[in-house]
Amino acid sequence: MKYISVFDIVGPSMVGPSSSHTAGAVRIGLLARRIYGRKPNWVKFTLYNSFAKTGKGHGTDKGLVGGILGFNVNDVRIKDSFKYAKEQGIKIEFSMKEDFSRHPNSVDIKLYNDSSMTVSGNSLGAGEVQINAINGFNVDLRGDFPTLLMIYKDQPGMLWKVTKFIQDANINIATLHCERKDKGQEASTVICLDTLLPDELVEKINTTPGIYTVRSIDMLEK
Amino acid sequence: MSNIENFQELQELSRDNKRFYDIFIELESAKLEKSRNQLNDLMIAHLNDMRASIKQGLKNPQLSVSGMSGTDSYKVAERYNNGKNLPMNKLFGKILSYALAVIEENQRMGKIIACPTAGSCGIVPAVVVAYAEEFNIPEEKQINSLFTAGGIGKLIAQQVPLAGAVAGCQAECGVGSAMAAAAIVELMDETNDMVINAAALALKNTLGLVCDPVAGLVEVPCVKRNAFYAIHAVSASELALAGVETVIPIDEIIVAMKQIGYLMSPDLKESSEGGLATTDTGKNIAQKLEQLWFDNK
Repeated sequence: MKYISVFDIVGPSMVGPSSSHTAGAVRIGLLARRIYGRKPNWVKFTLYNSFAKTGKGHGTDKGLVGGILGFNVNDVRIKDSFKYAKEQGIKIEFSMKEDFSRHPNSVDIKLYNDSSMTVSGNSLGAGEVQINAINGFNVDLRGDFPTLLMIYKDQPGMLWKVTKFIQDANINIATLHCERKDKGQEASTVICLDTLLPDELVEKINTTPGIYTVRSIDMLEK
Repeated sequence: MSNIENFQELQELSRDNKRFYDIFIELESAKLEKSRNQLNDLMIAHLNDMRASIKQGLKNPQLSVSGMSGTDSYKVAERYNNGKNLPMNKLFGKILSYALAVIEENQRMGKIIACPTAGSCGIVPAVVVAYAEEFNIPEEKQINSLFTAGGIGKLIAQQVPLAGAVAGCQAECGVGSAMAAAAIVELMDETNDMVINAAALALKNTLGLVCDPVAGLVEVPCVKRNAFYAIHAVSASELALAGVETVIPIDEIIVAMKQIGYLMSPDLKESSEGGLATTDTGKNIAQKLEQLWFDNK
């Protein structure tokens, strides 16, 4: 069981009003930005269910945009995140939907620049969040470990090549989760690590034949 | 050091009158791999944020978007700054207005310390800061009281997730009140048994508290509830300091709390599908806000 710290109870330091609808929204935005890996110039958010219904009063929209801008959960600029997004030339769009097959607090984030990516997340309560899909792949990424995300061609030896790099750097793997769309098509793997991979290692993995996308995603601040 | 599972274990560890904050600081130091000084610095930063949220809240009386809250801390502070023939002392007025100030600041997207949650963030800061000011309590003791309060909250959280959606408001303002009651006894330098009794008495008297926020917002009944439960913590601490003891041990109260949370209808657990949220006025406010939100997009 996860250790519950005194600082989970007295804390976190955050902007209000809601740990699930505000701090959670910021964290989903932060993870989406880290997964996209660069500054987007256009972001489309689709809010679902409770996020859509009560998001305005909770500043869910401002929180999500603040996260995309890289603001932490206690950054008072979150209140004015739309203004900061405009200053940085990032176009923001929101739409609302009801879909009760989805989590009550969920969002799809479509990020555009030279290429586009769709990241879906849920706010689980008490500021805990989960990214549950990236470009249609099911994942479970919670920002509680330094994480390596890869999308690659489904062929023999791919995992071995990558885990070998990680072993050579003497970095321990905490958990590993694989998915694929169809045999021989695209596959995805999410690896949670005890240490963030050094940049040169990420670059090595990136240039491995058959790898389409690699992201090294640092854990969220407590 | 292995984790402390419940209050019985905590009481065993403190048998030679070791203070609870010392025990929790040792535990955190082992688990988070941080020195005592680092942990102290973290808590001082949190205390400073708490003080800042009180200040900011008091000088910023603005109604929220919904119009349901935002000026109550100012009204109470005015009464206690200027009122004559006040039946209660300055400490009482400070606790009420400080709790309101923090939770109002939370509603307007100001910076707060979740304690234990954002919806209950006014209770612990209000009592710690107000007592410290009125009794000239040094900062070190305030920090210690926050470690004790946090430790108490942690032991409860290990049994019941502290979220209105899981166990109702007893798990938010209820726990905040138990933490605050414990903090007061710690600030007054009294015994470990009194700390536990204060927490137990406060918690016991919040059992069954539902989470039925109007329009799903952290405003009605949350804002005023923070003020009420800060004073509730004072009552619990006063009882404990007078030697009143809980009949039901705190570990068993937590079992009851968990059971009550489980039996509570989902309509009354942060879904806004029952209670105050579905009164005629509650529904009207929710409808108006939803319209506003969709119109703007």
